[in-house]
Amino acid sequence: MTDTVLSVSGITKTFPGVRALDDVSFDVRAGEVHALMGENGAGKSTLMKVLAGLYKPDAGTITLRGKPVTITSPLVAREKGILLIHQELSLSPELSVAENIYLGAWPTNALGMLNKRKLRADAQRALDALGCDFGPGTRVGTLSIARQQMVEIARSQAFNADVVIFDEPTASLTDGERRQLFATIARLKAAGVGIVYISHKMDEIFEITDRITVLRDGQVQGTRVTADTDLAGITRMMIGRDLASYFHRAREDFRDEVLRVEGLSRAGLFTRVDLSVRAGEVLGLYGLVGAGRSELVETIFGLRRADAGRLVWKGQEIPFPTPRQAVDLGMALVPESRKEQGLVLGMGGRENVTLPHLASFSRGGVMDRGRERQVFDKYRDILDIKTTGPEQPVEKLSGGNQQKFVLAKWLCAEPALIILDEPTRGIDVGSKSAIHELIAKLAEDGLAVIVISSEMPEVLGVSHRILTMTEGRISGSFTGDGMTEQALIDAVSQPARRAVQENTA
Amino acid sequence: MTIDWQQALRRHGLIAAFGLFLAVVAVGADGFLTLGNILDVLRQVSITGTIALGVTFVVVTGRLDLSVGSMLTLLTVIVVDQHNVVGPVGAVALTLLAGLAIGAVNGVLVGLLRLNALIVTLAMLSLLQGVTLWYSGGSNVNVAGAGETWFAVFGRGTLFGVPVPVLIFLGGAVVASFFLKRTEFGRAVHAVGGNETASRFSGIATARTVAAAYVVSGLATAIAAIIMGSRVMGAQNTIGQGYELTVLAGIILGGTSLMGGSGSIWRTVIGITMLGFIQNGLLLLGYEYYVQWLVSWVVIIAAVWLDLAAKRGRVLA
Amino acid sequence: MTALAARTRGAAADWLLRNHIWLFLALAVAVFSMASPYFLTVNNLSNVLTQAAFIGILAVGMTMVMINGEIDLSVGATLALASALAIGLQPAIGVWPAVFAGFLSGVALGALNGTLVALSGMHSFIVTLGGLIGIRGLVFVYTGEQALMIEDFAYTEIPEVYLGPLSLTALIFLALAALFQWVLTGTRHGRETYAVGDNIAAAHDAGIRIKRHKIINFTICGALAAIAGILLSMRLGTAEPNAGRIWELWTIIAVVLGGTRLAGGYGSMWMTVGGVLTLAVLRNGLRLLNTPNYVELMVMGSVLILALGLDRVLAARKGAA
Repeated sequence: MTDTVLSVSGITKTFPGVRALDDVSFDVRAGEVHALMGENGAGKSTLMKVLAGLYKPDAGTITLRGKPVTITSPLVAREKGILLIHQELSLSPELSVAENIYLGAWPTNALGMLNKRKLRADAQRALDALGCDFGPGTRVGTLSIARQQMVEIARSQAFNADVVIFDEPTASLTDGERRQLFATIARLKAAGVGIVYISHKMDEIFEITDRITVLRDGQVQGTRVTADTDLAGITRMMIGRDLASYFHRAREDFRDEVLRVEGLSRAGLFTRVDLSVRAGEVLGLYGLVGAGRSELVETIFGLRRADAGRLVWKGQEIPFPTPRQAVDLGMALVPESRKEQGLVLGMGGRENVTLPHLASFSRGGVMDRGRERQVFDKYRDILDIKTTGPEQPVEKLSGGNQQKFVLAKWLCAEPALIILDEPTRGIDVGSKSAIHELIAKLAEDGLAVIVISSEMPEVLGVSHRILTMTEGRISGSFTGDGMTEQALIDAVSQPARRAVQENTA
Repeated sequence: MTIDWQQALRRHGLIAAFGLFLAVVAVGADGFLTLGNILDVLRQVSITGTIALGVTFVVVTGRLDLSVGSMLTLLTVIVVDQHNVVGPVGAVALTLLAGLAIGAVNGVLVGLLRLNALIVTLAMLSLLQGVTLWYSGGSNVNVAGAGETWFAVFGRGTLFGVPVPVLIFLGGAVVASFFLKRTEFGRAVHAVGGNETASRFSGIATARTVAAAYVVSGLATAIAAIIMGSRVMGAQNTIGQGYELTVLAGIILGGTSLMGGSGSIWRTVIGITMLGFIQNGLLLLGYEYYVQWLVSWVVIIAAVWLDLAAKRGRVLA
Repeated sequence: MTALAARTRGAAADWLLRNHIWLFLALAVAVFSMASPYFLTVNNLSNVLTQAAFIGILAVGMTMVMINGEIDLSVGATLALASALAIGLQPAIGVWPAVFAGFLSGVALGALNGTLVALSGMHSFIVTLGGLIGIRGLVFVYTGEQALMIEDFAYTEIPEVYLGPLSLTALIFLALAALFQWVLTGTRHGRETYAVGDNIAAAHDAGIRIKRHKIINFTICGALAAIAGILLSMRLGTAEPNAGRIWELWTIIAVVLGGTRLAGGYGSMWMTVGGVLTLAVLRNGLRLLNTPNYVELMVMGSVLILALGLDRVLAARKGAA
């Protein structure tokens, strides 16, 4: 008895300059776990937001249990029976579990008084249905992330959701918590709920899902029954294009070692990390979301403290630098979030480009606008950045152009080492390719390059050597013929969680 | 070529409104737009204005300084009292040093220890009031030999027909504007206010930048205290009360955002001056001095609302 | 560290975070009781409570606004206006109508503040800063720079009602604190006030009427400021145009000292009562010891900074545990 709970047909959503969703259609049956997969920027997040009422589609229809619906807000989505479990939980930490489950729908009497007994009883029912081990009166802020997630899931019981969408639910969970989550999902399945499961983690997908739909560049590549397909098949659908088109590897001409890290550890984030990179070399750092890669490079760059380890820069051991010292030494970090970490959005391109090196563009403390302007012009040309001028606030630019400014700001001081954290996230295909070419050129010009990426084809295409990071540890090192999709996937799927936990207790 | 009304309104709306206001009052009141009167207004706002020059740096980093009123009181008491002890030169030097020191304390608490700026500077408001009472022993201080001392020049002198306080205020504005707009430090101030995380990721010493902004605020207040002490030739224990709010009102009116990252000294000068002209214009029109407060209320709300509306493209939130 | 120990440390830090003001208060009471024989007398404590009640009533309103994630700088001026109207209108319309008019003025001004914040999207700091300046102007326009004086001194007898050691003023303060604590914990408005201050995005997505709550809370704050103003006029028999100056800042100090956070979403009336009492005890104790005025102010400032630091340290500790 396969009842279709949710059916999505011809959904299209365009943002300025980017078609996020293009004629997307898929369906979810009652009691099924349907995975939604794709690389970053494939459209999963946009589709999910359309279903949850956060975006309005430009075209297409959504049908719930046979009836077409228009979802204009998260509230409407909830009423219609669609529940989204956010990656960043949508809860109020100061309120109780019961209040959070029924947020916005609390039972009250005429005076505006909360009917606490009813609220508690209703919440208890929802918690029992999921087998939760905490009470409805608990303050949510005191619960672990895994339990907080259960509170959000309990909303599905409270509002009789027909469809529950999970967005990267296991990112912050321990092994045991993951098992519990899967048990909860099994419960929901048994109750006839249709589940959409968004995740990067292949092992999970193959463990608990019934069908898989793959998105790429906003389009559905296909829907497969999980049992009838395999990793290679899915990967092919996700990447699609020839690996060759991602191939922008610099020719091999390695010189002296620029950076070596030994035994770097930080409680709860990563342990005993060793890595080294030479001038002219592109080192890829591959791993799933949450592996600790960003935290690792932030520590090297001086933004975070380390508990243990040593840094060797150009052959000499150095104390852990402050960011200012790191920059002056010749390190550069292109961070993961360009809007939050990479650029001052209100400033123009000129001011952003010179920000890490104010001293180089000033004379006696006074900024030399002429020289700043020259640098701006130079990099605007080299990187082909589309902007109306040096003063146009960068918040007005597209993602790709913004990212180019972030690159420009680091390149203009000619660093010895450049670390790029997810450099092509959320960027259109054309700009992606340009950035890959740039990475290769940087290596050929003699920089040491570290590229963090969660996109397999990208990291395989640009790196000379790849380190995989799993749950805070380096889980593998690959180069030459050993650098294959399968090898990388195997390395990051290792159950290394217990080991990390032991080290942080 | 289409005119971007939003941008135009935001950049020039303030000046246009101000100009309109001046015109309206000029029609209604005699002697409003005479040089003498204008200089008079500027003289009246020079103390608030000088303080505001320093507080602008703090606001551009995205923080507040509510301690400036109490700081003004304390520093005025110090300069007046020390004048009788070590003479005018020593008194001025001591006062400037004291202002820098108090600013540094604020800077350490807010910048380095990262405590909440509103609360910390409120606490300093109380603390400094206490220090003032302790220092003055509860009594008013007066400058000895007020008739003969050259100290009078700061608050009462004129140079080429322009009152010295005005020269200090506007001269200070030129210097402050240069620092805020054209130097490394000023760039760092804007960056920290615009996006503190990105500034850190770019190697900017954000803690030190914030701390330095508070030191500037202390210095500016010290200069204002010297003007005040010189003008009044005495100081009571409440002389600076309420200045922190007028200063903020002027900065806000000028269009600098409390969120940080944007703003300029000249906007502050205009905002403070506008408040001064509102007071002066209303007085000339025959209204009592407190009517200006009502007008300021309306003007502040209207100005900020309009600016916000222009920024987001619609009037209501 | 074992899991149990970690949990216990977390729970202890949590308790301390929420209740540190009572430790401060207990400490202050203990110190002053030992230092001065006049402190721990019924008479003195009764006075302390009555004196604390004025800032206390302002603080109750401020707490509602602060938990909602906003701030109200105009309470001092609103207090002065209500005070002036309550006395000034008496010759024209009688005692209780004048009092009611004073009360209404607070309600109206609070509603105005709330509506401006909700509709314009402006930061409440700016809106109420304007209010602080402008409402003071209204006061001066009405009183003409003169202190208004009551004609019939029976008016000043009104608050001279005692339930044991508690004066009417103190009772009103405590009753209002209890009432609004109940609102915060037992009504939809109160709980949603927390939600809005705590995670405004989640509140918005859940369909909570954010604007409505803000308007209500500012109205409450204005109304309470008016009540404080009326009680003050009854106590003094006069209404000064400069009444309440700087009181908004002391109110904020009291509320934050108690533990409620400026950022919103966290706090309670009990914390505020604790903060108000601590402030009053510090003042009273230092005065009884004949310490000069300045010590009081310096101690107040230092205690606030310490409380801030403590809050920061505890919150970090709790996060790590």
